[in-house]
Amino acid sequence: MSILVSKETRLIVQGLGKTGRFHADRSIAYGTNVVAAVHPSRAGKTEIFEGDIDESGVPDRAGTYRVEVPIFRTVEAAVAASQANATVVFVPPAGAADAIMEAAAASVPLIVAITEGVPVADMVEAKRYLGDKPVRLVGPNCPGVITPQECRIGIMPGYIHQSGRIGVISRSGTLTYEAVYQLTRLGLGQTTAVGIGGDPVNGTNFVDVLEMFNDDPATEGVIMIGEIGGTAEEDAAVFVAEQMRKPVAGFIAGTTAPPGRRMGHAGAIISGGKGTAAAKIDAMHDAGIALAPTPSDMGSAMLEALG
Amino acid sequence: MKIHEYQAKQLLAARGIPTPRGLVATTKTEAENAARTLIAETGNPVVVVKSQIHAGGRGKGRFAEHPDLKGVNVVLAGRDGGPEAAVAEVGALAEKMIGSTLVTIQTGESGKEVNRLYVEQGLDIARELYLAVLLDRSVGRNIVMASTEGGMDIEAVAQESPDKILREEVDPAIGLAMFQANSLGWELGLEGDIHAKFVAFVTRLVEIATELDADLVEINPLVITGEGEVFALDGKMSFDDNALYRHPEVAEMRDESEEDPAELEAKETGLSYIKLDGSIGCMVNGAGLAMSTMDIIKHFGGEPANFLDVGGGANAEQVAAAIRIITADPNVKGIFVNIFGGIMKCDTIAAGIIDGINEVGLSVPMVVRLEGTNVEIGKQMLDESGLNLTTAIDMKDGAQKIVALAR
Repeated sequence: MSILVSKETRLIVQGLGKTGRFHADRSIAYGTNVVAAVHPSRAGKTEIFEGDIDESGVPDRAGTYRVEVPIFRTVEAAVAASQANATVVFVPPAGAADAIMEAAAASVPLIVAITEGVPVADMVEAKRYLGDKPVRLVGPNCPGVITPQECRIGIMPGYIHQSGRIGVISRSGTLTYEAVYQLTRLGLGQTTAVGIGGDPVNGTNFVDVLEMFNDDPATEGVIMIGEIGGTAEEDAAVFVAEQMRKPVAGFIAGTTAPPGRRMGHAGAIISGGKGTAAAKIDAMHDAGIALAPTPSDMGSAMLEALG
Repeated sequence: MKIHEYQAKQLLAARGIPTPRGLVATTKTEAENAARTLIAETGNPVVVVKSQIHAGGRGKGRFAEHPDLKGVNVVLAGRDGGPEAAVAEVGALAEKMIGSTLVTIQTGESGKEVNRLYVEQGLDIARELYLAVLLDRSVGRNIVMASTEGGMDIEAVAQESPDKILREEVDPAIGLAMFQANSLGWELGLEGDIHAKFVAFVTRLVEIATELDADLVEINPLVITGEGEVFALDGKMSFDDNALYRHPEVAEMRDESEEDPAELEAKETGLSYIKLDGSIGCMVNGAGLAMSTMDIIKHFGGEPANFLDVGGGANAEQVAAAIRIITADPNVKGIFVNIFGGIMKCDTIAAGIIDGINEVGLSVPMVVRLEGTNVEIGKQMLDESGLNLTTAIDMKDGAQKIVALAR
């Protein structure tokens, strides 16, 4: 088992520019079922993907692949033709929020937005538009979602992952890779790894993913990786203390970050005395989360917490 | 992006927010002329001389060179001495303030040099309120914050008497509803004509924040004058960098003299760099990994000299620029390169590091931690490059090695 994505995932790619095309190709090589693309200026054409498979991906496949992906003008048309149940957004920042809303209007249940640099006000509007619609947005500004050896949506390197027992949630891309690779080398592996993104306004938060991992029978423990800014980690700590039935290990980046400076991610900023690493670490510690003293210790902290 | 008070007031005034009349000055003469003009135009002999820097707390701040001089000064000399007495005092103040270093609670001990003054008409202040529009991340929307405690440090108010902070959430599809604006005004104790003026003020302020993609608009204080007018006595605005492309008028207000030159150079090369006070330079891919690289250096007893995210690429050009920027800091005694090559292969990154060093040279020890596809080839390339590098097996190993080498 896993959460969010699996062998049943049928993926649309919104935005077949250089990055979108490259990562669509990497996902197909991994064994992900990419069924359609949306790119208005090339609608009606077909994009051909071919090459050697990524052997770390879905097992028991031939050594090479060749996939023809039909391109559509709208998400609605792509879904109608392909019965897609997930989409990945690579649309550039100025149009990304609109692409997210378009996917929601077409009732795509899972929308993963990779785009970095989306204006906050656009996300405020998109978040309101998504409202109570039966869709889930992950991101933007995130590495994506992967269930090892089943489905890769996003930009993460496939080979560091291994199917296994631990769920991973993170606001940071490269720190997710760090945690995932440690789990792989310790033989724990991952059920699903979810990058929720580094922006101040995003779709899915720690608590949403913790709930899913809590209910996923294959997930035996969870690593959550937070960073300075906002109070999402504090909220997650409350959930862990009150409802989590599985051990949680964690790490917070930004102990040494100076206040008032935006540390790369738009969301990673200590402002008004809020969002400090110390406050997050205290809240997580009080909730019984096993904190890794350094990012090199995330895997071993998980191993210890599993008992 | 931050802008100065006078720029914020220009943007607000042009959009219908009442602001005091004021003029910018960069020299003593300009300040004197500004005072003369303002007094003639408004008939009020009282003027205020305000330092323009990108930091708050100016009113309570003091100049390093003139410990008795505040960052904001009210000139009352014109009341008894006539306009020329006010002009003379403004000139004397300007002479001391321009080119001096203002230290406030937000600038840090080193302070900031004042290059510009804003000379403003004095107002007859009856009440001071606090008003701001800002993003509330927990709800993913803008909120309006207001308080009767105007002119104070609002964070202290929030800490000590949270009940004195009023909040209204802004629905992005509706804006601030009339009933919300009304109840804010009443809860601030405003009635009648002044209440109506406040409602118009706050409604417009929310519209402006949205229109300009401001992530903060803070009016502290908002004043009610003795004549019953509502004014933005101070104005602070900052903007979402990701949305500046649609506001050229705002983007042009960037004051590069307020920014660190190394940070500007980094931005131009596509690097995200923030200078800190330590001795170990960091070059990392990814913001989260870059932050936690600083943390792990500190964990093992070192002090990071910077935050530096090279992004997903790390080509020779960027690595060269990063090394140049890091080593330009005289405090740097060693560099830790920590790259988790996601999609980018490690041999490509190693080539970037080697080319980059060959281009700009390397005068301090460097520890390189590489992980990712083709990591063995990458490490071999570094080992055989003949460069004075130390490789690390993981982040912890690398952090310990660079802390030892930089001692």
